[in-house]
Amino acid sequence: MQPALIGRGTWIAVALIGLAAVLIVLANLATAPGSPLHVPNHIVALLGKFLCYAMLAVSLNLVWGYCGILSLGHGAFFALGGYAMGMYLMRQIGTRGVYGHPVLPDFMVFLDYQQLPWFWTGFDQFWFAALMVMAVPGLLAFIFGWFAFRSRVSGVYLSIITQAMTYALLLAFFRNDMGFGGNNGLTDFKDILGFDIQARETRAALFGLSALFLCLFLMLVAAISASRFGKVLVAIRDAESRTRFLGFRPENIKLFVWTLSAMMAGIAGALYVPQVGIINPGEFAPANSIEIVIWTAVGGRGTIVGPAIGAFLVNGGKSWFTGLLPEYWLFVLGALFVLTTLFLPKGLVGTLSQWARQRRQSRRSQSAAPLPAPQPQAAE
Amino acid sequence: MTARLTSSMLYLDNVSVSFDGFRAINELSLAVGPGEMRAIIGPNGAGKTTMMDIITGKTRPDEGTVFFDGKIDLTKHDESSIATMGIGRKFQKPTVFENHSVETNLLLAMSGGLRIKGLLFGSRNTDESERIDSILATIRLEARRHDLAENLSHGQKQWLEIGMLLAQDPKLLLVDEPAAGMTDAETAETARLLRELAQTHTVIVVEHDMDFIRDLGVKVTCLHEGSVLAEGSLDHVSADQRVVDVYLGR
Repeated sequence: MQPALIGRGTWIAVALIGLAAVLIVLANLATAPGSPLHVPNHIVALLGKFLCYAMLAVSLNLVWGYCGILSLGHGAFFALGGYAMGMYLMRQIGTRGVYGHPVLPDFMVFLDYQQLPWFWTGFDQFWFAALMVMAVPGLLAFIFGWFAFRSRVSGVYLSIITQAMTYALLLAFFRNDMGFGGNNGLTDFKDILGFDIQARETRAALFGLSALFLCLFLMLVAAISASRFGKVLVAIRDAESRTRFLGFRPENIKLFVWTLSAMMAGIAGALYVPQVGIINPGEFAPANSIEIVIWTAVGGRGTIVGPAIGAFLVNGGKSWFTGLLPEYWLFVLGALFVLTTLFLPKGLVGTLSQWARQRRQSRRSQSAAPLPAPQPQAAE
Repeated sequence: MTARLTSSMLYLDNVSVSFDGFRAINELSLAVGPGEMRAIIGPNGAGKTTMMDIITGKTRPDEGTVFFDGKIDLTKHDESSIATMGIGRKFQKPTVFENHSVETNLLLAMSGGLRIKGLLFGSRNTDESERIDSILATIRLEARRHDLAENLSHGQKQWLEIGMLLAQDPKLLLVDEPAAGMTDAETAETARLLRELAQTHTVIVVEHDMDFIRDLGVKVTCLHEGSVLAEGSLDHVSADQRVVDVYLGR
């Protein structure tokens, strides 16, 4: 009996996301601002941002939920993808900048650069930038993971060095002489692939692309988790040293999935930047990376759609709550994490699907003995 | 292929290892022939588990040689490659993948040699399905095929782990306390399983349960303080005064 490559639940989620995206775009573009059906531009922008966060949570879930690698630095891969896209958008400004320099972005003119730094070469080409969106986070993750996994660094020690990694990048990107705009980052974008970045249609297209990539990511994670590779990931998560005695090489398997996840996070960042119009070193802040973990935990790590749902719920809550009582949001976020860990260790989706499974089982068999709640186990 | 250096399946010569000055294994020499089943007994701290750690690459000896299959120097390889070369291990505490079904546990045990591409794109072939069916029959867990391993009883987990060894199909099996914590009926069933395994594999069993070892009816090695104290049939070993003093008498 072969399990289906992509399960029914994932197909339903993908269909719902696709339907919602089409309806939102239609309600934004095809209705007048006064109409009761109209979705205003700022809502489209906000939801587009959430879609990128959801992609980020899905990418973290691949390593944390399935393979037990708790990354507290996934924001770094997201930000690097964002910077790669931001560099392309900067090069598109051309002579329309404040200083009107044909090649150098404004901040470089301001800082007295005579020529473009070598690492900005090629970013005027979209294909090159698109490649770098995946290659830069992927390469960093590969090098980082190669050393970490080979030295069998895991658990809380690995989490700490991922946090250190994003913090180091934060400090580096804050420096003006790094050549990435320092504190202010990259902003004032004009157009993308020739389309006005402020135009309603461009924004709707970016929103639609984000929804498309979220669906692709969900299908990718579903296919991986259904494959034999996905089974090995879970085996490594639950009993890493045992897998060695079966002949697996956990360090190679972790390196593969870690690099893939970083590339996914980079794509999320690249779609995020044109929608919010800015990328600055603040995206590397360790707190951002911790928030991704909270989204994933709330939605349900180790479930396919859970992290995406968690990203929407927590960020929706954040938007609503920071409008209401801005100074208390961090307390709410902290409480949410504590309560989820204590009462919903499998997250919303994990708990719901466990209920559903138990109900199916108790209906099928007479043995009404409840299943013991699976405890999340630390990798050995 | 280099020439065989010894006719033994497993050959340990003068192996020593210390942890923080404590000599866990002290000039241990041991040879197990192809197709043989050997029982290892000894008091706690005699070095039984450390010996298994050395054979499977988890611990590197300070000195001495360890040869597998007459030609492979095991001290030069790590756990993964030793497992792929054909040494399987069952742990003292049953270690199965709790969040996977019984069937998936067996499938994983068969997949250890696969690289990432094979794991990602390979689907289960009929040969694998047939082997899973026959192993499930051998370990008598056919009815639990789709159940999660965490829902098995202690004894069933032990059998599943033995089943995983069968799925790995190694040349040499190291089995650490397979009967620990089992009822008498389960112990008898486990002895049956091991005897069946021994027909086609070389097996080393570590066990404390004398009745169980008598049931197996094989040659016995008694370890004490990291080296061999006595070796021979169970009757011969248990008649040895030193064995009685350090182990059986207590």
